[in-house]
Amino acid sequence: METLEICRTAARRAPGAKRHAITGVVASGNLEVLLERVLGDTRCEVTVKTSVEGFGDVWRAVIDDFVERHSPGGLRISINDGGARPDTVSLRLAQGVRLMEAGE
Amino acid sequence: MKDPLTKYRTGSWYEATARERLAGLLDTGSFSEFIGPQEREVSPHLAWFDLPEAFDDGIIIGHGAIQGREVLVAAQEGRFMGGTFGEVHGAKLTGLLRYARDDRAAPRIVLLLLDTGGVRLQEANAGELAVSEIIRAILEARTAGVAVIAMVGGRAGCFGGGGIIAGCCSRIVISEQGRIGVSGPEVIETNMGVEEFDSRDRPLVWRTTGGKTRRVLGGADAYAGDNIASFRDATISLLDRIPAFDLDTMEKEQARLARRLERFGRCGDTPEIWQVLGIAEADRIADLADEDFVRIANAQEGANHDAR
Repeated sequence: METLEICRTAARRAPGAKRHAITGVVASGNLEVLLERVLGDTRCEVTVKTSVEGFGDVWRAVIDDFVERHSPGGLRISINDGGARPDTVSLRLAQGVRLMEAGE
Repeated sequence: MKDPLTKYRTGSWYEATARERLAGLLDTGSFSEFIGPQEREVSPHLAWFDLPEAFDDGIIIGHGAIQGREVLVAAQEGRFMGGTFGEVHGAKLTGLLRYARDDRAAPRIVLLLLDTGGVRLQEANAGELAVSEIIRAILEARTAGVAVIAMVGGRAGCFGGGGIIAGCCSRIVISEQGRIGVSGPEVIETNMGVEEFDSRDRPLVWRTTGGKTRRVLGGADAYAGDNIASFRDATISLLDRIPAFDLDTMEKEQARLARRLERFGRCGDTPEIWQVLGIAEADRIADLADEDFVRIANAQEGANHDAR
């Protein structure tokens, strides 16, 4: 297992009022993404626990791209990964911010 | 905007995640989770094996409603570690059942969405203990007047301790894809040899452990098509047909099982059972449409009973 901590500054606060959401399943080639609205407006912290070691640069690139596209300000994002490909990771992150858009 | 949950109703039960099943099974927006993933009650064992954890340890428990009736629910995620019973996973389910048992204000119905290969091998003793505690908690809840309904139709099936747990429930809903057993196909083959049971022979596995066989033999009480709406309808149909949990029911169950052994004990494979039952479509049960199968199953002596 490898743990990565990635902190970024987002352009804006993530839309919506939902306090937390989860998407995905920890399985081979899949991952779960837990999102919590607990940080300051533009802060975004991502913690990745992955069963596949040595891909820190790829994770950072995927998360940079996600922060730029979706501006997840205020979210703490926690990932349990079962060896998902980068495109699956991007998809789950996008699903996660979409779930947080709900009004609650 | 179209209700985003309605899409789950039409979706496949087999393919859905545990959270999708709950969203479609329960009345829209009625579910509230106990010990949700944000509480991070993860397995204390998996890290020792350098294996990834899940924030809910592969089981979602909570409170909701089905057709306006309050229920407690537990849903196993069959894709995380095969839906297996670990220490935390089991404790969540035990706690839910004890809540139903002890609190008279709690819902009187518990729905168990089982999708499991049994005990999680990495948590062997804790997992075995969890299964024992769950069995005891089910029986105590039923004694207290709680209906416990199992639903089986996921990719992991319902094996090992899960098969025993299902058998302890008040009622069971199953789909064709659902399988119930104690020793899984690979376990039987490993122990008894391929001549005894070929686990790679999928038709054999399904016609032995699968939902159609379980339903016709009375091992399950309602048959659902492989979609979430059908599981919902089948569950609702059982809510008012819950047997009492008393000596009379146990005696009926004993009589039912003795009669089953007497009728089918000499059969070597499932098609022989269909023939003994006099089912005209015995050679093409697997190909029957859900409605046709339900009509045949409902007509069988032994498939519908007051036992369990």
